Amino acid sequence: MSTSEDLHYDVLVIGAGGAGLRAAIEASAGGVRVGLICKSLLGKAHTVMAEGGVAAALANVDDRDSWKVHFADTMRGGQYVNNWRMAELHAKEAPDRVRELEAWGAVFDRTPDGRILQRNFGGHRYPRLAHVGDRTGLELIRTLQDHGVHRGIDVHMEFTIVSLLTSGGRAAGVVGYERDRGRFKVFSAAAVVLATGGTGRAYKITSNSWEGTGDGHALAYQAGAELVDMEFIQFHPTGMIWPPSVQGILVTEGVRGEGGILLNKEGRRFMFDDIPDAYKNQTATDEEEGWRYTQGDKNAKRPPELLTRDHVARCIMREVKAGRGSPHGGVFLDIAWIKKKLSHAEEHIKRKLPSMYHQFKELGDIDITKEPMEVGPTTHYIMGGIRVDADSQMSSIPGLFAAGECAAGINGANRLGGNSLSDLLVFGKRAGEYAARFARENRGVAVDAAQVRQATDAALKPFDHGQAGENPYAIQSALQEMMQSLVGIVRTDDEMQQALTELGSLKARAANAGIQGHREYNPGWHTSIDLRNLLTVSEAITRSAIERKESRGGHFREDYPDKNPEYATFNIVTRKGAGGEMEIRRVAIPPLPPELKQVIEEQKS
Amino acid sequence: MTRATFKVWRTDPASGHYNTYSVDVVPGMVVLDAIHQIQATQQPDLAVRWNCKAGKCGSCSAEINGSPRLMCMTRLNTLDLLSPITVEPMRAFPPIKDLVTDVSWNFRVKKAITPFTPRPADAPDGTWRMNQRDVDRVQEFRKCIECFLCQDVCHILRDHRLNDEFIGPRFLTYAAALEMNPLDAADRVPELRAQHGIGYCNITKCCTKVCPEHITITDNAIIPLKERVVDRFYDPLTRLLRVFKT
Repeated sequence: MSTSEDLHYDVLVIGAGGAGLRAAIEASAGGVRVGLICKSLLGKAHTVMAEGGVAAALANVDDRDSWKVHFADTMRGGQYVNNWRMAELHAKEAPDRVRELEAWGAVFDRTPDGRILQRNFGGHRYPRLAHVGDRTGLELIRTLQDHGVHRGIDVHMEFTIVSLLTSGGRAAGVVGYERDRGRFKVFSAAAVVLATGGTGRAYKITSNSWEGTGDGHALAYQAGAELVDMEFIQFHPTGMIWPPSVQGILVTEGVRGEGGILLNKEGRRFMFDDIPDAYKNQTATDEEEGWRYTQGDKNAKRPPELLTRDHVARCIMREVKAGRGSPHGGVFLDIAWIKKKLSHAEEHIKRKLPSMYHQFKELGDIDITKEPMEVGPTTHYIMGGIRVDADSQMSSIPGLFAAGECAAGINGANRLGGNSLSDLLVFGKRAGEYAARFARENRGVAVDAAQVRQATDAALKPFDHGQAGENPYAIQSALQEMMQSLVGIVRTDDEMQQALTELGSLKARAANAGIQGHREYNPGWHTSIDLRNLLTVSEAITRSAIERKESRGGHFREDYPDKNPEYATFNIVTRKGAGGEMEIRRVAIPPLPPELKQVIEEQKS
Repeated sequence: MTRATFKVWRTDPASGHYNTYSVDVVPGMVVLDAIHQIQATQQPDLAVRWNCKAGKCGSCSAEINGSPRLMCMTRLNTLDLLSPITVEPMRAFPPIKDLVTDVSWNFRVKKAITPFTPRPADAPDGTWRMNQRDVDRVQEFRKCIECFLCQDVCHILRDHRLNDEFIGPRFLTYAAALEMNPLDAADRVPELRAQHGIGYCNITKCCTKVCPEHITITDNAIIPLKERVVDRFYDPLTRLLRVFKT
């Protein structure tokens, strides 16, 4: 098997969503040669799906907001197992990253005095999300894409990486294939930035596209890097549940930010029934106060629908389990009710939530200005990922960086809505900057031909098995069913032990996957390669979740339903052991510096 | 369970042919679901592009019963299931395999348009002030998901193949979004006339009809740009004044 031409870059960025594009732009500004790898076409990455907005304490709508409040909100939302340094950098730098987008052509919605408008969102104390209706992610990716293509970056579209190459313990490059021709290419690079997004396709019900197969997580793990917090998965409380073909598609939290309420089948606004202690003094006491909050009354507190996503998802599950759910096993999300409060409600909903209006009208035959939506939790985001240095975003492998969803730390046990778009801007920039610096200081690494051969041989295995092997789609679907039912929103030790056993047999099946046809644009082949990554991340998720014997944020254990303060002192780290087996260990969280501790205390009132 | 018949375009070394597949119909199903079902159970190497499956990324463009549509937004209950449903790739672009086409030309065209060039900041902190009513029309154009269905249906590209002389409705809309951005200080009128071929558009509005984002491409983007070009280069009074000036 021969590889076609070899290319060399100083910085190679894997992934062209918001984090990857921002990293590539910054690395290029650092004066080095940059390559950018997209799994799909440029501008189609999962960032386009982000709806509600980008969180940044611009204080354009409420001048009480500041980086300190944003930092404290992020830590509280993450239940204090966040990497506090990342949370600090994020809160401080997000406003500049948003303003910079405007200088690059983004057109945000405006305040009456002409500045960038900000909206309410779950877990954010003040209106903080800069937005463009409910298509903020599209605006963000298009702005970065259109700016980036004029920055001398080499873009390789529809290109999938199958292995990271290392040399002497350092990142050396990658092997991948071009989708259209199926040919392998070897890229050497002084620094590699992973920005590959999430792992949602490990679950049956997900808001993620086919790309979210944990590629960066698995590539880094296989190369020897550490993963952290893999037990923390965000099940977004509001996904579409009916009809079946749309199950899992996201319904933006912006619906609740604009005044939408959650109801059970008895018409009860059940979110008022259970308000966590940490949020009691920030939550409205009655429905009227909640409504006033959504309309910008600065003296009102936020409605319980805008509590953090982990909590809202569990409340919905509770209603469904108690038999108070909607006909198709969810609850009702009602924005139409605001016509009682606003004379121009219909027009207002269409203007603030245009893509939600179309999504339900066209896919669900529901007019959201007139009737409630049926919603339920959907696998949306993974807080866990590649363990990185907060300032530089470098992983435990020198020269290997990570940013965005595939990196971990900023979100702790639960991510606040809107913190993802700001995360990928802040840390995408930092990863690009530090990767360029690393490349300038550490040029020249040799690629190991044996590693290349091993990677390409393994990738071609499914062709050797041919039609005699098992259909990779069937194995992927079995994995998704298994993870959904055994390592989902509600977890127990018994079920997760069973999941480990089943992962063992799924791995054996995946090793025997076979495909028909040739290497040109062959989705069966792509699925068999994605499957290896999904199995790796599923195992990391399961083992980490077994290790955390408490409930915190996105991780809920029925056998340990309470938070255990001892577990607030460490993170769970996953690494490939010397014998190839997965190792789990606990790593202490460094103590908060006094000044940050004080910020958190000040914001508790 | 109801079943439906799909005739899906497959490439072969010669040119291509339709393969027929029978598919189980479930409530709410869209054409992309049917293609996925065929991939998972009958034809694992069937090539198709898709990402979000929610009409937001613009990847799964195809021609369904002859109409340019997004597969993820085309409900089966809007089609006649008694006859076979044909699914074929966008015909204005070179085929790669099955339903996948080579759309790289679009990315090259975009790069040739003068990029966003903001005026100096309005405030000392480096920010600008804009009214919502002034950005409304730009935001309409920025809804574009780059599915390229407008390019696919445009007869100047599809039938006359004038890709070297005409950038197509997508990029006229892109140029309009830049030209009408209150912050932008560049002038694209000369290039629209000379390099981007705006004169070729004879406003048949086919692009507007197929836009899944319901952008009024012709009326709101292309015609105002055409007016700017006409005012600048063809208005008799302006031309006369120019003669006197020189």
